[in-house]
Amino acid sequence: MYETSGDVEKTFANRTTLKSSTLRQFFFFGPSGISPNMFQTVALSGSRGERQLFSDVSVTVKPGTLLAVVGENGSGKTSFLRMLCGLLSPDKGMILWQEKDIRQLKELYTAQLTYIGHLNGIKDELTPVENLNVSACLAGDESSGEIVQKALEAVGLGRSVHRLPTRVLSQGQKRRVALARLWLSTRPLWLLDEPFASLDTAATSYLTQRLQVHLSSGGMVVVATHQEIALPTDSVQYLRLTR
Amino acid sequence: MSQPSLSEALRGVVRRDLLLAMRRRSDVAMSVFFVVIVASLFPLGVGPEQAVLRMIASGVLWVTALLACLLSLGRLFTADYLDGVLEQTLLIPQPLAVLVVGKMFSHWVISGLPVVLLSPLLGLQFGLSGESLWVLTLSLLLGTPTLSMIGAIGAALTLGLRGSGLLVALLVLPLFIPVLIFGAGAVTSSLAGIGSEANLSLLGACFMLSLAFAPWATAVALRIALE
Repeated sequence: MYETSGDVEKTFANRTTLKSSTLRQFFFFGPSGISPNMFQTVALSGSRGERQLFSDVSVTVKPGTLLAVVGENGSGKTSFLRMLCGLLSPDKGMILWQEKDIRQLKELYTAQLTYIGHLNGIKDELTPVENLNVSACLAGDESSGEIVQKALEAVGLGRSVHRLPTRVLSQGQKRRVALARLWLSTRPLWLLDEPFASLDTAATSYLTQRLQVHLSSGGMVVVATHQEIALPTDSVQYLRLTR
Repeated sequence: MSQPSLSEALRGVVRRDLLLAMRRRSDVAMSVFFVVIVASLFPLGVGPEQAVLRMIASGVLWVTALLACLLSLGRLFTADYLDGVLEQTLLIPQPLAVLVVGKMFSHWVISGLPVVLLSPLLGLQFGLSGESLWVLTLSLLLGTPTLSMIGAIGAALTLGLRGSGLLVALLVLPLFIPVLIFGAGAVTSSLAGIGSEANLSLLGACFMLSLAFAPWATAVALRIALE
């Protein structure tokens, strides 16, 4: 049931590469021929209520690299990611997308990112296919039945569960439904909050492969995680949040 | 990079909500039964006096519609807030105020439209006839979307608070007053034979005014709730 066919993988790999090669031409080559830093935070500080979570965080995520945000529970990883999405405003500092403040870019910026939060963002009453179909439609991605089914298969959800209400699925399966969006996403920036939580080893390796494909086609990923990520070390940088 | 067109995003939001309503038919049925039962209690309590019933008809039916709207407001954003769908909605690269209109529309289809469709039948129970039945339906058709829009502001403002159900009622009911006055007034004036155009026009004005401000206010309140 969790076997992924090679064809499916290839289909998605090709799709992403095609789309992102045009993207790369469009965005990555600045006037000097050197790619501008795509995504950075400048002296970012955040707090929840009275409590200071992190301060003075400056990082740059270049195309083709992954930023792993690590830190103990309650260190503000989720808040950091929500801030990068623009859902939370920083106390101080700025978040820059192509050297422009995301607060000015607004919808132009949210059109560049795919965020999978700590909550799955799926409806329990709807089937995995319906869920993915709606979220693909709302993201402006292709949402035909065939593509959606392939994405679910790629994340290891067999056809037997496609038509069941998501309510009856296990935590891990629900997480897979949420993550299946990544197989449809053609956006350059992915912000993932604990994507590996409640996934088994098979699903973890599917996801790692998908991240690899995204990175090798010039995408950027920010992940909040407790786990080691099995990706080449030159494409991963770590950010440890401390108070 | 992909971006949904405005109509695509709006359609997506409405389609999901209506699909969910189809799956949770009991929720829809409950608000319909609530209206039917409350409206039927009055003739039983007040007695079968035609003249009295006709006098209180518009007020009773309008208050019932208003309470039915209030009952379903709790569901408008809470489920989306708890399962993370709301934060995904905020990240859709289209103006949030427009997407909120989609939410309001589906709320109206689920809670307001059944009341509008049932109203001629309920009006008959109160001895309304002919033109006043027609005016009652028309006034509810104009007024219930306004209730959904105003209610959405309250639902968004109280999102994630404890005891938000009661707070929504306290916040929103005073704002419903103009709609109630003009809606019930339309039926009363048609019964008195002085024409209901003025009241219906004012209801239309309320609708336009809330269409201009409510989506924007709701969007701001939702952003604050998710901070």
